[in-house]
Amino acid sequence: MEKKDINEVEKQMNLANDGLSDKEKTLFSDARPQVVPPVHKIFENFRNWARAQSLWMLAFGTGCGAIELRPLMTSRYDMSRYGIAPRPSPRQSSVFIIGGYASLKTIKRIVRSYEQMQGPKFVIALGSCTINGGMYYDSYYTINRIDHYIPVDIYVTGCMPRPESLLAGFNKLKERIRAGRADGMNKYAENFDWYKKNQKRIIKDWNMPDYNW
Amino acid sequence: MEDFLNRLKQKVEIREQIKQRDDLYFITIKKEQTELVLRYIKDNEKFKHLSFMQAVDYLDDSKFMLIYMLYSFSRKVSLGVSVFIDRKEAIMTSMHNIWPHLWQYQREIKEMYGIDFPSSPRVNEDFILESWDNMPPMRRDFDTLKYSEETYYQRPGRKTNDPKEYMRKKLYNDFVKTPKLRDDK
Repeated sequence: MEKKDINEVEKQMNLANDGLSDKEKTLFSDARPQVVPPVHKIFENFRNWARAQSLWMLAFGTGCGAIELRPLMTSRYDMSRYGIAPRPSPRQSSVFIIGGYASLKTIKRIVRSYEQMQGPKFVIALGSCTINGGMYYDSYYTINRIDHYIPVDIYVTGCMPRPESLLAGFNKLKERIRAGRADGMNKYAENFDWYKKNQKRIIKDWNMPDYNW
Repeated sequence: MEDFLNRLKQKVEIREQIKQRDDLYFITIKKEQTELVLRYIKDNEKFKHLSFMQAVDYLDDSKFMLIYMLYSFSRKVSLGVSVFIDRKEAIMTSMHNIWPHLWQYQREIKEMYGIDFPSSPRVNEDFILESWDNMPPMRRDFDTLKYSEETYYQRPGRKTNDPKEYMRKKLYNDFVKTPKLRDDK
């Protein structure tokens, strides 16, 4: 009995990484994501203020909404005055913008990029396709709700939303971060099994590690 | 162009011939003569360029139509060569020996319609649909709404309106009652 219990605890502790071959399993860690509790209140407020001042977004255009990020970067809307800058790598960025519809082929890459991002990380879902499927609600290869696969902090509605509304979304995200309510990363760690179950239900050829990259 | 079609008629059977525009013609030929006709047209009648290849699902007739869209740079005319194949045993000869880039179209059609092209290069690899295990989705008996409802999570509370009625009510109601052009003002 005791041995079985230990095995079960171990199963809860470590990830199976079933999609990997035996050789690849040695290359990846099998630790679960951990919830990061906030530190003492004053320090946490200061850290949240600092986080809100420099949002580095991942330059990964998923779907048609990514076209709205180009005018945002250039002089007309100029997102850098809000402390927002594009970064080429998920390791360096803190905001992930899901720009519109996500097909299965893309959601595999979205999950992969989101898990590679270092915390604290935030997600902005852009356009009605990410909310309820939008005009692709009956498509065979496009997901309907992005929040069943990765946690979302801010939704920006519209099809397509203009760059102004995207900027408004960024400012709302900043308010949320300063208030300490942008805790999508902790939500992901708490409900990790639920998110993984949803992801694996649609991605049938799961050939990547479960969490750690 | 008429000369060319008459010449072609003497050689092979043309089942249907449509002139859509001065620069757009469609012909339907027999399945067995497809390779022969395409080779003849390419080598002797200056239709060097294949723009695209596409399939159409005729569910009621239990047939697939394959259409090869050709273009002639010297004549400045597009010609669609269409072939009907049986829907139940959907197999077609691969034409990648005539236009090498056809392998990509054939790979896509294999994935989307389930029409097989034996000996076409890389025809069995995934093209767009990674890890797809259902029937080919562009076949018309595939119920995409049902599949979407079963597989992906619907957000409750989604409403749909009849677009025509809705737009009429929202935008054009005043205009319909009292039509007014801009010049009237």
